Amino acid sequence: MTTPLESAEPAVQAAGPADERPTSRGTLQYALSKAGGALFSIAMVLVGTFFVFRLLPGDPVRNLAQGRNMTPDQLDLERRRLGLDKPLIDQFLNFVGDTLRLDLGTSYEYKRPVIDLIGERIGPTLLLTGTGLVIAVSLGIWQGTRAGWRHGSRFDRVSTGVSLLLWSVPTFWLGLLLMMVFGVGIGPIPSLFPFRGIESVDAPDGFGYVLDVASHMVLPCLTLVAVVYAQYLMVMRSSLLEEVSQDYVTVARAKGLRDDEVRRRHAVPNALLPTVTLVFMRIGFVVGGAVTVEYIYTWPGLGQLFYRAIEVPDFTLMQGTFMLITVSVIVMNTLADVVYHLLDPRVRSA
Amino acid sequence: MTETQTTAEAVTTTRPTLLEARDLHVEFSSRGRRARAVDGVNLAIGEGEIVALVGESGCGKTTLARTLLGLERPTSGEVRYDGNPLTYTSKALKTYRRQVQLVLQDPTGSLNPRHTVYEAVAEGPRIHGLPDEQDLVSKALSHAGLRPPDRFFLRYPHELSGGQRQRVVIAGALALNPKVLIADEPVASLDASVRGEILALLLRLRDELGLSALVVTHDLGLAWNIADRVAVMYLGRIVESGPVEQVLTAPRHPYTQALMSVLPESPERVVLTGEPPDPTRIPGGCRFHARCQVLASGKAAEAGVHTRCRTEPLPILPATPEAQAACYYAETTTP
Repeated sequence: MTTPLESAEPAVQAAGPADERPTSRGTLQYALSKAGGALFSIAMVLVGTFFVFRLLPGDPVRNLAQGRNMTPDQLDLERRRLGLDKPLIDQFLNFVGDTLRLDLGTSYEYKRPVIDLIGERIGPTLLLTGTGLVIAVSLGIWQGTRAGWRHGSRFDRVSTGVSLLLWSVPTFWLGLLLMMVFGVGIGPIPSLFPFRGIESVDAPDGFGYVLDVASHMVLPCLTLVAVVYAQYLMVMRSSLLEEVSQDYVTVARAKGLRDDEVRRRHAVPNALLPTVTLVFMRIGFVVGGAVTVEYIYTWPGLGQLFYRAIEVPDFTLMQGTFMLITVSVIVMNTLADVVYHLLDPRVRSA
Repeated sequence: MTETQTTAEAVTTTRPTLLEARDLHVEFSSRGRRARAVDGVNLAIGEGEIVALVGESGCGKTTLARTLLGLERPTSGEVRYDGNPLTYTSKALKTYRRQVQLVLQDPTGSLNPRHTVYEAVAEGPRIHGLPDEQDLVSKALSHAGLRPPDRFFLRYPHELSGGQRQRVVIAGALALNPKVLIADEPVASLDASVRGEILALLLRLRDELGLSALVVTHDLGLAWNIADRVAVMYLGRIVESGPVEQVLTAPRHPYTQALMSVLPESPERVVLTGEPPDPTRIPGGCRFHARCQVLASGKAAEAGVHTRCRTEPLPILPATPEAQAACYYAETTTP
């Protein structure tokens, strides 16, 4: 400890590899490599989809006959028509070829192109699950931020408790409960909201129609939001807690930044990073709809279409909807990676 | 090292006080247990003076530093700056922040990873609405030894070395043109080779800008190298203080002696026994008596102070620049 401090204190020069700043080319390269990975995943899904669904029990031809008496000859004819008589490998090669030409085939049950069926159903699904996602994310981020910022407060305990309770409730049970209480009406509670389908039979035109659809959306949306918003709340809360304990928050305070500004400028933007990733991943699932909720509220969306396809099993329809869901999940995951890359300078140069 | 002793002493006594803690108490309570983290501290930092606050982990030195910064409110007592007690209105605190700035141990954590060097340094001036922001940032970076400053503007913290990051943190503090720097273990997380550079930087800032500093550390060598005065803290209270040469060459408090004895040059090692200090259960009498090697060896009994050590609380040391120790035994051995 007696060594005198060397007074020579060299000025630090900017040097080294940091001079090569990450550019937009770096991001593009990163995006391309991620896209390559995504394409590979999609190819694997193509293979998986075809073979896994053929392991399902049930003979589509018999189920489509729906109890009508058909002779074995008739059944064979039907099988030939659907191409189910060919060897599995031939069916698979046909399927791959058709899919690459964006031809998803014709539904066994509806006898219409799968792509048309999806086109009809995707609108209601995006409307319902998209709205649900936006509400759930906003609610989760808002409550998560408040709960994390005032860690251990009454708001924190109540909002975390309620959200986790709803998270652990089965979707179908909550859906039925809400339908009974607010749809059918129970005791003194009148029937407040419609709970069947997307529109009334006698729906008016124009703005009245928008209101009609909106009122049909209330219960399914409520169910969807209630069972999922906890994950956004918990992720936001825990990442905010992590940021708040960081030294730079103390430093910012010591520089004179007000508490709410510390939150807005430092803690929340950084804590949002993991949440953004989660949201992007969930966007992928929006397309898939919510099978349970759509089924309970007879919402004419993809989820219900998919459910019906499994019952038959309607191979082409199942393949089509399943491909759509998985591809959108994969695409959104890839996008989440790229967005994270853009938002976080640490990942960018890693 | 005896040469500088007299000059350093002369300098410290003439310095007007800039930042002061008066009978400061800070308590925390959790689950019904009260922790007296700072339990009666008088400490003065003079203009252009570097004071080292030394003590083991959990002795309350970081809480004292945070309270001096106004980040923690004292339970009782006051923080005085330039003769006026600090008030805790947001406006008064904001004004105070321009005078007293903070440097923390871990430069990586002290910088927002998504903010560039420029944004980090410009934050202070922006908060206070200072004009010529870019000029201030350039000057602060140059003062902190990052030259030429504009080459660092668009860097992110992860692109810099640990030493460079700590310089950015210091530049962020300097951008507000403060009078006092409170540095909590400023070099503890840096490589040995970089430590000297950062310490030399602090000394240079004192010489060039007349900056005062409170350096919180557990490292006596660091205190020796940069401080004018040293205050040794044990369990929420300062037990010995004075000019660094006097305290560290001739420590009078048994706790300081024990701290010094673990240095490699020390002839014999004092190993403290007994329970580690717990701010929720501060012992009566001298707060160090349960671990005191002088009391345990019977020397205190020879001097006839052992009952006072165990039962009689010691007065709080005043904020004087002269050497002083809160110890009954030390009082008997030195007139």
